[in-house]
Amino acid sequence: MKEPNDIIIRSVAKVAVVIIFTFAINLFISGHHYPGGGFIGGLAFASAVILLFLTFDIETVRKNIPLDFKVVAAIGVLIAVLTGVGSLLFDVPFLSQSFGYFNLPVFGKTELATAVLFDIGVALAVIGTALTIIMSIGDDR
Amino acid sequence: MSWLHLLILAPFIFAIFVPFIYKKLNQRIHTGWFVLFIPLFLFIYLLTFIPKTSSGNTHIATLPWLPAYDINFTIYMDGLSLLFALIIAGIGALVVLYSIYYMSKHREALHNFYVYLLMFMGAMLGLVFSDNIFVLYVFWELTSVSSFLLIAYWYQREKSRYGAQKSMLITIFGGLAMLAGFIMLSMIADTYSVRTLISAETLNTNTLFIPAMILILIGAFTKSAQFPFSIWLPDAMEAPTPISAYLHSATMVKAGIYLVARLTPVFGGEAVWFWLVSGIGLITLLYGSVNAVRQTDPKALLAYSTISQLGLIMSLLGMGSGALYFGYGDESFVYAVAIFAAIFHLLNHATFKGSLFMVVGIIDHETGTRDIRKLGGLMHLMPITFTITVIGGFAMAGLPPFNGFLSKEMFFTAVLNTAEKSIFNLDTLGFLFPIIAWVASVFTFIYSMILVFKTFRRKQNFVRVDKEVHEAPIGMLLSPIILGILVVALFFFPNVASKYLLTPAWESVLPTLAGDLSVKISPWHGFNAELMMTIGVVVLGTVMYRFLKKWYGLYDYYPDSLTINHFYNLGLQSLETISEKTTNRYMTGFIRDYLVYIFAFIIVVVGGALWKYGGVTIDHPTDADVNIYEAGIIVAMVISAVTVLFSNSRITSVIAVGALGFLVSFLFVLFRAPDLALTQLVVETVTTVLFLLCFYHLPELRKEMSRIPFKITNALISIGVGAIVTIVALSANGTRLFDSISTYYEDSYKLAGAQNIVNAILVDFRGVDTMLEILVLTMAGLGVYTLIKLKSERRGKDEGAE
Repeated sequence: MKEPNDIIIRSVAKVAVVIIFTFAINLFISGHHYPGGGFIGGLAFASAVILLFLTFDIETVRKNIPLDFKVVAAIGVLIAVLTGVGSLLFDVPFLSQSFGYFNLPVFGKTELATAVLFDIGVALAVIGTALTIIMSIGDDR
Repeated sequence: MSWLHLLILAPFIFAIFVPFIYKKLNQRIHTGWFVLFIPLFLFIYLLTFIPKTSSGNTHIATLPWLPAYDINFTIYMDGLSLLFALIIAGIGALVVLYSIYYMSKHREALHNFYVYLLMFMGAMLGLVFSDNIFVLYVFWELTSVSSFLLIAYWYQREKSRYGAQKSMLITIFGGLAMLAGFIMLSMIADTYSVRTLISAETLNTNTLFIPAMILILIGAFTKSAQFPFSIWLPDAMEAPTPISAYLHSATMVKAGIYLVARLTPVFGGEAVWFWLVSGIGLITLLYGSVNAVRQTDPKALLAYSTISQLGLIMSLLGMGSGALYFGYGDESFVYAVAIFAAIFHLLNHATFKGSLFMVVGIIDHETGTRDIRKLGGLMHLMPITFTITVIGGFAMAGLPPFNGFLSKEMFFTAVLNTAEKSIFNLDTLGFLFPIIAWVASVFTFIYSMILVFKTFRRKQNFVRVDKEVHEAPIGMLLSPIILGILVVALFFFPNVASKYLLTPAWESVLPTLAGDLSVKISPWHGFNAELMMTIGVVVLGTVMYRFLKKWYGLYDYYPDSLTINHFYNLGLQSLETISEKTTNRYMTGFIRDYLVYIFAFIIVVVGGALWKYGGVTIDHPTDADVNIYEAGIIVAMVISAVTVLFSNSRITSVIAVGALGFLVSFLFVLFRAPDLALTQLVVETVTTVLFLLCFYHLPELRKEMSRIPFKITNALISIGVGAIVTIVALSANGTRLFDSISTYYEDSYKLAGAQNIVNAILVDFRGVDTMLEILVLTMAGLGVYTLIKLKSERRGKDEGAE
């Protein structure tokens, strides 16, 4: 469907996508203390994939990322709900989050929080939904 | 989280693994063998609680769920809930065992079957153990849903779908009514806990008391198939027979009974409650038994019989509620025995009706027909089945030496006692109680005899070509045999059951009388009125059964157009046509029209509220001045917004809208909200792409040559929405109804270990909101996917047809 006359965007996209991916992951991880988080990280991640869609066509991307994004979204929601249910196992209310400081070998004193698990769910749900919508609409020709 | 919580959830958790077990192992081992462990284990575990409840203690385990809303998963175990739970787990185990032989592992979709079954079992256990009324409601509806799925198990059949829909519509309707009742009740008593409700005093002075009672009773009556909601139960018989035995006779239809028994301490002693529960119960009893006689399908016969027996139990609960009118004393004890009879008959009914359903399933399985006119002479071919049917059928008819006789006698005692009383205007209408009870018992006797003798005696007149009819395999017979043994055992040792199961349950229905309730069940009381009534039933029943052909034709005189079923179908049909007409009127297919509805609604509701409550307060003495950057951005925003209005091509509008969004994110940057700015940036990027994709499908933008009034309407609506939103935004800033709550979040590092407050709010402080948001997001995504795929699929089909 694309004309072969998009050499510039292809070359740029190849580099840019990696940068956006890295940035998205950084956004996701830094969310606990700095701007970012699951929602933004997920959306940024999705936008990188969307850039791929625009540059190459949907079929090529689908072949290279053989994921059903509907399932990704469902898994995201499931993770979010299960972390909520998980807190019931510790006799605390639904969706209670907890955190602690641990001495890890490489990172030194590090904070680990269960909120990150919940955030992974949020990110996956956002990625899955955004890409499901874009792919359905883009596919419909 | 206690073990008890885990056990209630065990069926749900195990259900997750059922499809995998089915996929891997079903070729060699029937999936049912794995499922069987759950109810068996539950039953044995629950038995260990008997010493506790039989000594009058209760067991409470709380699991905080949403404590902020006072919704906790609290398990409250007393005699009543334990009795129900034992029936659920016990009959459940027997039904699963029976289904292993009934459901072919080669032909049936067993994974669906057992997932639904386990879902039901868990929901039912949750229902009887919940202390919180809203948790109870959730489980209540879950039983309706799983019942729907199980009735529609053979969804290829039209009748299955019809029956499933009918049961769903009726029971969910009742459930919603019940929810409204629960809400009212919680408003009156200011609690969500059943325990607190029971011990609450003087609720009955509130004006909402009677409406709440009636709404809750509608829920109980629809679930327990009381007249006139009973019509769903016969159609539910399209479900596989193990399900009919389990859900539609032993457990689910008893949920209404459970609810009435559970709330008797709250509502009991009221005249309305007394008349509604016992009156509807008696009508149902008569209706069910009279209709059962005319059925030719033994399963339908059993369905009507179940309706009638549920009516019997219900009416006993109603009569027993009179005990609470008197407070404490001998007078109340006379009524209290009726409650005991209800609980006793509930257990008896579960045993004999369960075995009868299983027997009918065996007959269907072996002969391939369920038409009484075609059956007959099976006695010699299936002697064991015949024996079980005699035990079950005679127990149902209320004959000795089977458990049904004992509870039937107690029922007669209760109606005779009630007829003599003078409270609640019983002196005028009370004489009807024994008469209805007796007539219904005669019909009960007749249909029991039809079931036993028409199928097993007479000459053999069915034709089965493909295989020889013989006795069922032992595995299939095991469950009904166990139930049959229970039927006999309960007759000979009723006081054992009474001591450990029934009296604790009785005491939890009547907590104020607990400790002094005791009853000695014995089959022989001398020649009293009850015995005379039973003898009368047998004599008249036998005579009427002998001359069945002579009066059977009377049923045909009742016109079909006056049956409840007819009204139900008519109602459903007209509902469909009316809603179709209404919907077609406003669903034009133009998005513009829908936007007009939505925006006009916003203007009317929001604007109306602002006007009515005087919400417009534009007052900004403390606002900072607008600096040059902000002013510049605002000007740019206005320019891009106006560009959209006057652009001639879609691509210009898309880009202008995108520019607007990016400018907004710059504003966020200026106001030092990096999280918002980031989100807005990314969202804007993705939406612009989305626009461009949709753009591909849209036609060329043409200059609209529309009429002036149309344009004026559009202009009015858009200006109206703009004005309203602006006013709301300005007023929101100018109005302070309470102190700011933002100081709480300032401690986010201490509370959530997070330095980013925004994210701490999202994932921790208000995690439930986020969870529901991503759920909505995902559903929206799936919605888009479905709409588009459905459309392109249909298009593909049309092309294929051409």
